Amino acid sequence: MASIVLRNVEKYFGDNYIVRKLNLEIRHREFLVLLGPSGCGKTTTLRAIAGLEEIDSGEILIDGQAVQNRQAADRDIAFVFQLFALYPHLTAYANIAFPLRATKENRNVVDRRVREVAKALRIDGLLDKRPSALSGGDMQRVAIGRALVRRPKALLMDEPMGALDAKLREEMRAELKHIHLENEATTVYVTHDQVEAMAMADRIAIMNDGVLQQVGLPSDVYQYPVNLFVAQFVGSPIMNVVNGAIRPGDGCTNVVLGENDAVQRFPVELHHKVAERRQGQDKLAIGVRPEAVLVARQATDGYFPAEAHIIERLGPYDIVDLKFGTQLFRSRTASGYVKKAGDVVWARLDEKQTHFFDDRTGEALRIRL
Amino acid sequence: MAHVELRNINKKFRRHTALNDLSLDVGDGEFFVLLGPTGAGKTTTLRLIAGLDAPDSGSILIEGADVGQWSAAERDVALVFQYYSLYPHYTVRENLEFPLKSRHRRISAEQVAARVARVAQTLRIEHLLERKTDRLSGGEMQRVSLGRAIVRQPRVFLMDEPLSNLDAKLREILRAELKDLQMKFRATFLYVTHDQVEAMSMADRIGVLNGGRIVQIGTPDEIYNRPRDTFVATFVGSPAMNLLSGVFRDGKVMVVPGKLEIPLDAEVANRLPAGLDRVTLGVRAEDVVVGPGGGLEGRAYGVENHGVEKIVTLKVDEHSLKATVPANMAIEVDSAIPFAIDPAKLQFFADQTGVNLGWKKEEPNHE
Repeated sequence: MASIVLRNVEKYFGDNYIVRKLNLEIRHREFLVLLGPSGCGKTTTLRAIAGLEEIDSGEILIDGQAVQNRQAADRDIAFVFQLFALYPHLTAYANIAFPLRATKENRNVVDRRVREVAKALRIDGLLDKRPSALSGGDMQRVAIGRALVRRPKALLMDEPMGALDAKLREEMRAELKHIHLENEATTVYVTHDQVEAMAMADRIAIMNDGVLQQVGLPSDVYQYPVNLFVAQFVGSPIMNVVNGAIRPGDGCTNVVLGENDAVQRFPVELHHKVAERRQGQDKLAIGVRPEAVLVARQATDGYFPAEAHIIERLGPYDIVDLKFGTQLFRSRTASGYVKKAGDVVWARLDEKQTHFFDDRTGEALRIRL
Repeated sequence: MAHVELRNINKKFRRHTALNDLSLDVGDGEFFVLLGPTGAGKTTTLRLIAGLDAPDSGSILIEGADVGQWSAAERDVALVFQYYSLYPHYTVRENLEFPLKSRHRRISAEQVAARVARVAQTLRIEHLLERKTDRLSGGEMQRVSLGRAIVRQPRVFLMDEPLSNLDAKLREILRAELKDLQMKFRATFLYVTHDQVEAMSMADRIGVLNGGRIVQIGTPDEIYNRPRDTFVATFVGSPAMNLLSGVFRDGKVMVVPGKLEIPLDAEVANRLPAGLDRVTLGVRAEDVVVGPGGGLEGRAYGVENHGVEKIVTLKVDEHSLKATVPANMAIEVDSAIPFAIDPAKLQFFADQTGVNLGWKKEEPNHE
């Protein structure tokens, strides 16, 4: 098993950067998810680690060895693609055995390794079936089995569940993570689906426009996003963001949302913290996730009035769109808490879960109350 | 806007039964979502209403009139597809004007301009009007497609997975916009999707379709809290409802004797049919409560972080069940986890058929 280190990795196409000054360390046995929108450079990065793509500058180290000039076959890494790419005329057994047979491995060893992997993946009953007779989830397991049977130093996966339907993805997520825990292969997993990333990752690396934005635990990325891009890419529904301003008040700091759409009192130290970081600039962007928009049905001190617009009753909870002034904020409430669209309710931002960003650069001001 | 009714529709493609005795009723100004997996018959249903296909038997009524013999144009319904079908060399404005310039319509130039302006404003695409459609983003193209449907002022909107090619964030935004639009125009929407979140978040009522049959029709609340069978129970909601097969004896359900036994309140037990032996229990992840004193214990098989909360997969022998826990709760994989299941939140399904034993039809489909 292995650690993977990327040092100043760059890849460009003409004048356009695909990956820019990428520095990232993937630890031994770690499950790291590369997350970002399409075109952000995540797949290029993965392919560069695998040796399927040459890099223009920088270094890729596997277990401390620079491998950027080595062939893909010499890197001892297995790649699982979005489309299963199984050989249709071969049985599941022969598909899994294929990489070992290609190296002319002893037949008994091949048999033992294939059966071990199949058992771990719980496909030992399906070994004599051809891919066409398998479900999508089982095909994916066979593809993973084929990758694992070589006992590679690292496993690279490019949206391996992209072709599966929602229910199966949900099941496979838990399975895949469990396979990882048993197998302990260092894994780099590429996806654009933040739910998948949050659910499976030990750490998430978020990319946008070829640039690494943030690396961290799922809970860190969710609770302490470093900029607006990360804040709004991770989490569903999307974090509410509004431009606003802060004004010193009487023993408090007044936070103005929008153009005076609402004003909420915050602790007095907020004003000092912003002043320290913004040198007299009082405008900023304020972000708050739906679960941190607190809602009351009665007029409550410190809350501002808002009108319930659309109510999405999702089952375990509701998402209520709140209108105040020209703003629309989404809040997460207990199911049935707001009775109907058009009701007037009272809202406030949970100050401990309110994020503050530079309104021009989108960088987090790293202020936490 | 109009009321749409399907009565006992059957449709076969060669020997494949696409729709089997399908009846449903979409009220005037209602947002009705047909939800089901691939191949359930959702798109076939839309095509029959639009007049692009004819049923083998049964009738289709729009505003009470049987439209079986009417052409697609005469039905005056608008169809919006998954893949936007815009004219690539035309501007957005020309695309929006196009349906109004049909010679059947005879709409004055001023009226055309006024309608296009109003729609563009509603959809916030005014700044794109002079742009060619091949220079738009996915979300903009889908807005223009919607605009082209709206500008016609059809009696009914039929939507075939219009958001499924868009990325997750855009889908979330457009979901809210679509619902807003539908409410604003008091339009009749029949919306087809395989995505239960879309159905739950937008629908006034949902019709769950499986294998060409309507399994259940109800409000999102009814579908979620009183699923008719195990198909609906597991198709709607994420994570899927936990199903556990057990034996009902002495007032409790035994899934794993001695390890996973759930005592029922006498009042709950009395509602179950006499002579019940094997039964499938259903319980949602949010009703599996992790914490000490629950009386049950499982092994943590996996933990998923969902930001606002975590979902833990618990194993009791080979049975697995998912539980929602607060985001700040630390759970070690492979550790023993105490939990409880609230008996009042249990659903009971017949072991063989999967039909909900407590299910009662709330309202007849047809008066």
